[in-house]
Amino acid sequence: MSPKRKLRVLVAKPGLDGHDRGVRVIARGFRDAGYEVVYTGVHQTPEQIASTAIQEDVDLVGLSCLSGAHLFLFSEVVRLLREKSAADITVIGGGIIPEEDIPKLMDAGIKAVFLPGTSLDEIVQWTEANVRPVEESQEPAR
Amino acid sequence: MTAGLVDRILSGDVRSAARLMRGIEDGDREAFDTLEALYPHTGHAYVVGVTGAPGSGKSTLVGALTAVLRRGGMTVGVVAIDPTSPLTGGAILGDRVRMQEHCTDAGVFIRSVATRGWLGGLARAAAGIIHVMDAMGKDVVLVETVGIGQQEVDVTRLSATSIFVLTPDSGDAIQMMKAGILEVADIFVINKSDQEGALRVKADLQSMLNMGGPSSAVRRPPVLLTEAFNGKGVEDLVREIWKHRQTLVSDGGLRKRALERARLELAEAVESSLRDLIDSGLDSAAHERLVEELTERKISPRAAASRVVGQLTRPPQ
Repeated sequence: MSPKRKLRVLVAKPGLDGHDRGVRVIARGFRDAGYEVVYTGVHQTPEQIASTAIQEDVDLVGLSCLSGAHLFLFSEVVRLLREKSAADITVIGGGIIPEEDIPKLMDAGIKAVFLPGTSLDEIVQWTEANVRPVEESQEPAR
Repeated sequence: MTAGLVDRILSGDVRSAARLMRGIEDGDREAFDTLEALYPHTGHAYVVGVTGAPGSGKSTLVGALTAVLRRGGMTVGVVAIDPTSPLTGGAILGDRVRMQEHCTDAGVFIRSVATRGWLGGLARAAAGIIHVMDAMGKDVVLVETVGIGQQEVDVTRLSATSIFVLTPDSGDAIQMMKAGILEVADIFVINKSDQEGALRVKADLQSMLNMGGPSSAVRRPPVLLTEAFNGKGVEDLVREIWKHRQTLVSDGGLRKRALERARLELAEAVESSLRDLIDSGLDSAAHERLVEELTERKISPRAAASRVVGQLTRPPQ
């Protein structure tokens, strides 16, 4: 039996923002790249997102926010993952985000921010370069 | 594998269990070693399969069942299976959308699983993942299959109780279901029963089920109406599940199903060990030559196979 590692991704929409067209396109793009993509729908709390990421043992969480609350919501997801000893899960974000907020998000631990106009290829290439499926029998970081 | 990992999973640690499930899906040897250490601690969870056509409301029903079971003080594991794309190997796992109200409840563990090409409505890893949830101490494990047709009955082999979900517009389809799931499901549910036609489908289904046989000793599977979206009828469904369990306990069916499950798991384990043996024991150059001979019709598939088996079973020099 030869182990075949597959990348698992959670795409989620935190907060009071029902615009899910973008996140669905992203989910489809990740699927077409061969990843297993967990989708949880709109209006998720950061707690729900962190808890889902852990239950599903994903390598990457992609957050989409078009409501303007990205600074709080994205940072909160990262904080909760750290609190639950899951800091090894990569978090990226996208949506309507002012350029000047990007450094703040990076400081909070978001690994990449993708703005409107980004191609799916670009996001998948970034993922290929920066996210690895969990190593063989690697125990979760405690 | 470490004893620590086994202990953490037995005490219900979600992160360790989720990582182990990942290893089982990926076919990681060490994950199987851990699973083996957990095996003696399994066999306590009551496994319920939920199957039905795409769009019949299986996920919503699983969410509603979880709510009722939690109110009854039981812990719940959910294994939700979605199809893998045959083209890219990727998958969108969206069953959780209908169950997210439970995802921060420590008494509920939901895991999405892709079929990865496995047919029959399940995934190869499903049995192992159920074992992990069982070992974590979940009282009930709900297994939701991919949307299926008539022939995908695998879930009934893993479950003690199998529920088949239909909708009021499944009417004509019932007439066509001559074999398959209709013969093996334990409880039938007509979901979205607020829509027109629910009672007719119920009547059709009951008359179909009554054709099963003349004996009054044969259990007639009940047909229930639900509206999973608002929970209507779901408490009755849970009552029917426990009633069915009672029947299985008293007529020895539970033991019979456990034996059947064990038999199947053994067969699959043997098959997988043999496949490993074949993969490791074949001389790949000779094998390629054989494939070429076969392509050129110089040898038949059967003769080629017996040559391969001969190679594998030859005692070591």
